[in-house]
Amino acid sequence: MWEYSEKVKDLFLHPKNIGEIENPDAVGEVGNIVCGDALKLTLKIDKETNRITDAKFQTFGCASAIASSTALTELIKGKTVDEAVKITNRDIAEYLGGLPREKMHCSVMGREALEAAISDYRGIKPPRVEEGGIVCKCFDVTDKKIRRAIIENNLKTVDDITNFTKAGGGCGECIPEIEEILREERAKKTIEEPAKPQKKLTNIQKIALIQEVIDKEIRPLLQAHNGNIELIDVEGNKVIVALRAMCTECLMANVTLKDVEKKLRELVSEELTVKSN
Amino acid sequence: MNVIYLDNNATTKVAEEVIEALLPYYGSLYGNPSSMHTFGGQIHRRIEDARERVAELINAEPEEILFTSCGTESDNTAVMSALLSNPQKRHIITTKVEHSAILNFCKTMERRGYEVTFLPVDKLGRLKPGELKSAITDNTAIVSIMYANNETGVIFPIDEIAALVKSKGVLLHTDAIQAAGKIPLDVKKLPVDMVSLSGHKLHAPKGVGALYIRKGTRFSPYLIGGHQEKGRRAGTENVASIIGIGKACELAKKHVHDEHTKIKALRDRLEKELLKSCPNTKINGDRENRLPNTTNIGFEYIEGEAILLRLNEHNICASSGSACTSGSLEPSHVLRAMGVPFTAIHGSIRFSLSIYNTEEEIDFVLEKMPKIIKELRELSPFGKKEKPGSIK
Repeated sequence: MWEYSEKVKDLFLHPKNIGEIENPDAVGEVGNIVCGDALKLTLKIDKETNRITDAKFQTFGCASAIASSTALTELIKGKTVDEAVKITNRDIAEYLGGLPREKMHCSVMGREALEAAISDYRGIKPPRVEEGGIVCKCFDVTDKKIRRAIIENNLKTVDDITNFTKAGGGCGECIPEIEEILREERAKKTIEEPAKPQKKLTNIQKIALIQEVIDKEIRPLLQAHNGNIELIDVEGNKVIVALRAMCTECLMANVTLKDVEKKLRELVSEELTVKSN
Repeated sequence: MNVIYLDNNATTKVAEEVIEALLPYYGSLYGNPSSMHTFGGQIHRRIEDARERVAELINAEPEEILFTSCGTESDNTAVMSALLSNPQKRHIITTKVEHSAILNFCKTMERRGYEVTFLPVDKLGRLKPGELKSAITDNTAIVSIMYANNETGVIFPIDEIAALVKSKGVLLHTDAIQAAGKIPLDVKKLPVDMVSLSGHKLHAPKGVGALYIRKGTRFSPYLIGGHQEKGRRAGTENVASIIGIGKACELAKKHVHDEHTKIKALRDRLEKELLKSCPNTKINGDRENRLPNTTNIGFEYIEGEAILLRLNEHNICASSGSACTSGSLEPSHVLRAMGVPFTAIHGSIRFSLSIYNTEEEIDFVLEKMPKIIKELRELSPFGKKEKPGSIK
């Protein structure tokens, strides 16, 4: 059983904006009956102001797909096309008071229908047709859609990618490929926005953060080589550590120390130096 | 809350007689049946009584019945025992429509190097015995084919299958978890080697199952430890639930006639009226050879979870083969194996009845259902061209 929010239940049982607008100014159709959900969005748009004056939907799908469709139409009515295009799947999920993780793909379908409709209004082909190769054949998901879901929703696991895009939820053959895409996008993310704190740290915060980085990021790597690391002291920006077990004998000890320094500089402060005791 | 429970292939209400029979074993009669003292040892006799009741339901001998923790354990034990007892044979035959307790077990064995043949079914969910015949080789350790399908209720011709498999000298297991108590079973007439049963599908509590093992069948235990169940299944007995399944089997034997008359009449009326009141609706599965309590109906162009949640608003419980309810993103493997079109597969609803259902309950469902289907169809972008008056 799914744990739906009261809002989802309410909008499923009492959907708004159902149907098809006659002579619409924009039509967005996504999904298909094979995949188990589909949404047809029709819009009336004022040509002068580019404002969406009416929006209606028809949805084949589960409760959360139907509720997401109502949420989408409620969110975009009265907005200009330029405002509407900024709506993300997260806005739809938030409007609904949250969706179960496994059902996030319903909110993604809403955003895709909106994009398709806006592309239709602007007279451009929907982007997914021309860009990106199909990764998941069961659900017809492109790598572009997967990458976008990772970036916009800060996804960290393959399970989450399946929850948000359905990719990998069928035969599972494409899971290695999804893992690769996830690795690539996560790698980009660390370069683009390092997790480094922006504010100046107090000494206690700094030491706590160094300890945390050692525990979570560095020690597991060393343990894979039968090694270990202890934080001995922090004097100003000088971090003193003890490398234990295999690594003390290891010819690569210097490299390891440099790696520790690199990681701490990346995640705590550029000014840190690392010494062995 | 007055619940209309039409999901009896998922689980059943524990019969009041069963609760009454088992409660003392949660109370004063808490002894361990393996104990030397009378306080514990007397429980052993009660377990043997229960074993007799289970045996009687399928016309077996009590010593041919092994108690397990659930249907899944019975299924896994049966196949594993066949593989361990015939280590030189590395081939399993089963069907594409088995319960996951067999299907996923066989897929796991396939990854571990066994060869598995998954027999197909036709559009009505029927097995072709000819395909089974050609699949059996000298390397086949076991054939495991369900007695009746849990989703569609379709009954396989196990007598024909058994004759074929035994003529080749291969072990035959049947998962009769959905069939037991709903149709008469007789292992004296049916030459199967192993039969799985589950308590909670026939008004016993959850957490207890049974495995029939024909006398003389080589057996390798699945759970290893103590000497319980004559060394064939270790682990302290789930006494209360075993007493429960014993009582439930006694009741099931009494009620099996009702299943065929009263329940079937209710099911047939539900099915017939729904087909009449809801257009673009069809039955999934072979109506000729079907459990008397089950109907699986495909409501085209709408999605099953949505139907179930609308039914839920009226406290009506049923199941669906749709992707959204399967726990994965793919719809029912049974309906896909049958080649049910996707326009109907996502909107498939299973109603499964029991002796506790009434005419009034069926009336209530028949009153609510057409409106639910109509409203969801109005939401759907599909099937519009089928509206009356429009061009097809």
